[in-house]
Amino acid sequence: MGGALAALPLFAGNYALSVVTLILYFAYTGQAWNVMMGFAGQLSLGHALYVGVGAYAAGGLFFHYGIGPWAGLWLAMLLCVALGLVIGFLAFRFSISGVYFALLTIAFAEFTRIGFDHLDSLGGPGGMFLKVAQRDTWDVLNFRGPPLMYYYAILVLCGGALGLCSWLLRSKAGYYWQAIRENEEAAQALGINTFRWKMLAVAISSAMTSVSGVFFAFYYNNLFPEQIFNISRSIEIILGPVIGGVGTLFGPILGAALLTVLSDSITEGLAAIGWEIPGIKQVFYGVVLLGVVMFLPNGIWPPLARMLRLK
Amino acid sequence: MSLLEVHAISKSFRGLKAVSDASFEIPEGSINALIGPNGAGKTTIFNMIAGVFPPDSGSILFQGKPIHGLRPHQICAEGIGRTFQIVKPFAGLSVLENVMVGAFLRESSAAGARKVATQILERLQLAPKRDLPASSLTLPDRKRLEVARALATRPRLLLLDEVMAGLRPTETDQIVQVFRDLNRKYGTTILLIEHVMRAVMALAQHVGVLHHGEVIARGTPQEIVRHPAVLESYLGEEADL
Repeated sequence: MGGALAALPLFAGNYALSVVTLILYFAYTGQAWNVMMGFAGQLSLGHALYVGVGAYAAGGLFFHYGIGPWAGLWLAMLLCVALGLVIGFLAFRFSISGVYFALLTIAFAEFTRIGFDHLDSLGGPGGMFLKVAQRDTWDVLNFRGPPLMYYYAILVLCGGALGLCSWLLRSKAGYYWQAIRENEEAAQALGINTFRWKMLAVAISSAMTSVSGVFFAFYYNNLFPEQIFNISRSIEIILGPVIGGVGTLFGPILGAALLTVLSDSITEGLAAIGWEIPGIKQVFYGVVLLGVVMFLPNGIWPPLARMLRLK
Repeated sequence: MSLLEVHAISKSFRGLKAVSDASFEIPEGSINALIGPNGAGKTTIFNMIAGVFPPDSGSILFQGKPIHGLRPHQICAEGIGRTFQIVKPFAGLSVLENVMVGAFLRESSAAGARKVATQILERLQLAPKRDLPASSLTLPDRKRLEVARALATRPRLLLLDEVMAGLRPTETDQIVQVFRDLNRKYGTTILLIEHVMRAVMALAQHVGVLHHGEVIARGTPQEIVRHPAVLESYLGEEADL
């Protein structure tokens, strides 16, 4: 699978490459979200916060000072982890959990969005635009180059995230997180400092997601608070893992692939017969989500893995 | 020195005294039971020892060290394992994984935790079911899983909260045998809070009786069933054990 993806650019055209790049982007970000919700059971509906802050941190450094994303990455991670830990501290210290925790994550994403709307040095509501250099040379240092470079970057990220998550899941952290997810009181009785382990899940998840933001900034080159922090972005992030299988390693990847390919082909197919329906993508997401929730509440991956005898 | 010393602990909930001035000691290596009618304060005492909430006054010493006011995970790290009256399995994990979670307290590697967990499952006769999801177990097996998980943290004192409740007499006898073995072969000290007199009589060496939050009698099971205050308040005049 990894080999096929590495060799894909040899066969695929630019359009196919951009679709797979998008799939990998959602697979990676979904994997990051999954650490918090799938492993540790903490539902975040505001992950766009970390994408946005990560994007603006690295993008802003590049925009104002010409500092490349390899340095900006660290600032992005630092800010996102700090934000995540503030949210985590407020929630876990004062026993805010479940739906209320999710509301808290939405609130943080929303007021950060409003904050960035008023941050004129980063473009405010009018957006921030990174200079687009020639697209045919690989300027790895500044992460500017042709689509192929971004494709390989997100492919490596995806592979790295998969490796990290599978290691985490098999280590003490993975067992402790799952115990907390299944029953927090029982977890405490077994000597688990649930506060500390939940904070660790938030830190890892937000750090991973900040990297999505850095990628987003340099791939799309334009950032608008209205878009990047929007709750619909947060929902988009979690659709992949929810449909693929929350808490599984391959669910986020499978879900991202299915959603992106199907929704793209539906839009393209309808456009080909002359139907341009605005919002058809959202309707499609809704229908798929409804179907999965009703018929495969654990997502598509677990039954698929059983069928393929992988488990 | 006793393993656990409870000195004059009290607890009120909104002015209602649940436990008042309760004191008792648990010698190392013994099996002890705390009995009493519903609402006598058994679970309140249990929760204070396990760190769910602190006593309003009084002290709890474990191995000579004060532990009242510590949080549940700290109590567990000190060496006190507990089960829940209403079982709380990690339903999405396998039986083995459930026990591994407990074993990780003293083992940092997954391989080490797996080894400890496997031994404990054998001790509790759950080994054949190790790969089943915990959600598929029957109630008696779930109770055993609670015990296995607590044992995996290598406690010196095991607190059992109505672990026989809801079991049939034959199932009760089986689990009584398990606890007796644990105590005899591995020296585990046990404090059980129990309603099922059949199990208490068969297991415990020392019994404390609670009534309205006070310890009204302490002694061997044989002494307790003849104790006038106990007969009057709990077992009833016609108790036939």
